Amino acid sequence: MDKKTYADLVNKICPKEKICINALVSFLFGGLMGLLGEFIIELYQMLFDIPFKEASTYMIITLIFFGCLFTCFGWFDKVIEFAKCGLIIPITGFAHAMQSAALEYRREGFVTGIGANMFKLTGSVITFGIVSAYFFGLIRLILGG
Amino acid sequence: MNFKFKNVYLNATSIVAGPYEKRTIFINYFDEIYDDLYLGEKSWELAEIKLIHESVNILLSKTNMERENINIHLSGDLLNQLVATNYASAKIGIPLIGVYAACATSTLSLILGSILVDNYLKNAICSTSSHNAAAEKQFRYPVEYGGPKRCVTTFTTTAGCSALISRNKKGVRIDTGTIGTVVDMGVKDVYNMGAVMAPAAARVLVDHLRANKRKASYYDLILTGDLGIYGSKIFEEYLKSEYGIILDNYKDAGSMVYDNKKYAGGSGPACMPLVAYGYIFSKLKKHEYKKVLLIATGALHNQTLCNEKMSIPAIAHAISLEAL
Repeated sequence: MDKKTYADLVNKICPKEKICINALVSFLFGGLMGLLGEFIIELYQMLFDIPFKEASTYMIITLIFFGCLFTCFGWFDKVIEFAKCGLIIPITGFAHAMQSAALEYRREGFVTGIGANMFKLTGSVITFGIVSAYFFGLIRLILGG
Repeated sequence: MNFKFKNVYLNATSIVAGPYEKRTIFINYFDEIYDDLYLGEKSWELAEIKLIHESVNILLSKTNMERENINIHLSGDLLNQLVATNYASAKIGIPLIGVYAACATSTLSLILGSILVDNYLKNAICSTSSHNAAAEKQFRYPVEYGGPKRCVTTFTTTAGCSALISRNKKGVRIDTGTIGTVVDMGVKDVYNMGAVMAPAAARVLVDHLRANKRKASYYDLILTGDLGIYGSKIFEEYLKSEYGIILDNYKDAGSMVYDNKKYAGGSGPACMPLVAYGYIFSKLKKHEYKKVLLIATGALHNQTLCNEKMSIPAIAHAISLEAL
């Protein structure tokens, strides 16, 4: 049997992922996260009498804090397993990825463990975030003048 | 490469299992079960070292043997540089041969041990371990990250299993052993190890049957290691279309270990012995099975080469056991 025929055999037997249901669940949870974010911004604006921009920064910090805290409690991975990209794509997913790597490597020391491995999962997000920011900035400069 | 053994017996076994294995139907065959994945240690790696160490200790006390009387220890695990085996061996103090064949380590160590005992030595201990979190950390993501899993993904078992083989006619007879060939069918999917390993299992089964001039129906049971529910279907289908062999006495240890609601079965080097050293061993002793063929399957997976877009090769080794 050649590799192509074998790949067809594997595809025939292995079930497909439920893409539609997963997308719908992610959409709902992502939307709920957005709603929560909006609610926190409104709350901060009302409570501390601060402008929208400042309140949204505090909202992000709040979500990061709770994302990290829930990861440390040990059950946030189970929620993410259910909510999927609904919690992975927002800032909570970034915080969770960094925190879980930090927890995993803490036994290997501060420098060689936490320091070296904390960005293991999120490093590429930062790298390509900077790269794409550079290119979009360039496009804006050329088009916008 | 096939070996026919004259005078080797699997005398006794020991199984130390982790918290997830509590849910299995084989729980009564385990010698010790830990509720905590850390096993009271400080890291996943130390926990896996403890799995091997404890399983050898239990085996020695079960058989009333002193470590000085054991000729050799053959052991393997999944971690880089076989750290679990090597660090455990420093505590155990029996001359060591480290064995690596990924999840096929259990049968490879049994075959190598049987060759040594049949020709040169009095006895040997063969151990295998795997630890879910240590394997996740090394091969996938940090444990707390979780990350949604695909439905074809298998779940690494947490266990340390040891077996004592010797020339004493006790327990179960080790009949033949077949060393497998590495097979690469071009699968690059690191989450579908069943598809990676199924052709290697089929290849060693056919090699074994040809070398011993046997039919598949010669055995009461043919048990593969950790193909999982989809991998074992691929194995049967591949065997049928490639070699024209239809199995009616086939089971997969990985598919038997858990309830398979969330994952496609169990995996890891300890998956095969978790079933074989307890449940199958006791069935053979009670003569409920007379002849059993164990085919442990290993995906020779390396993250660096997978990142370099290489496909994953696989190997399987087969050993046949007979009731006395």
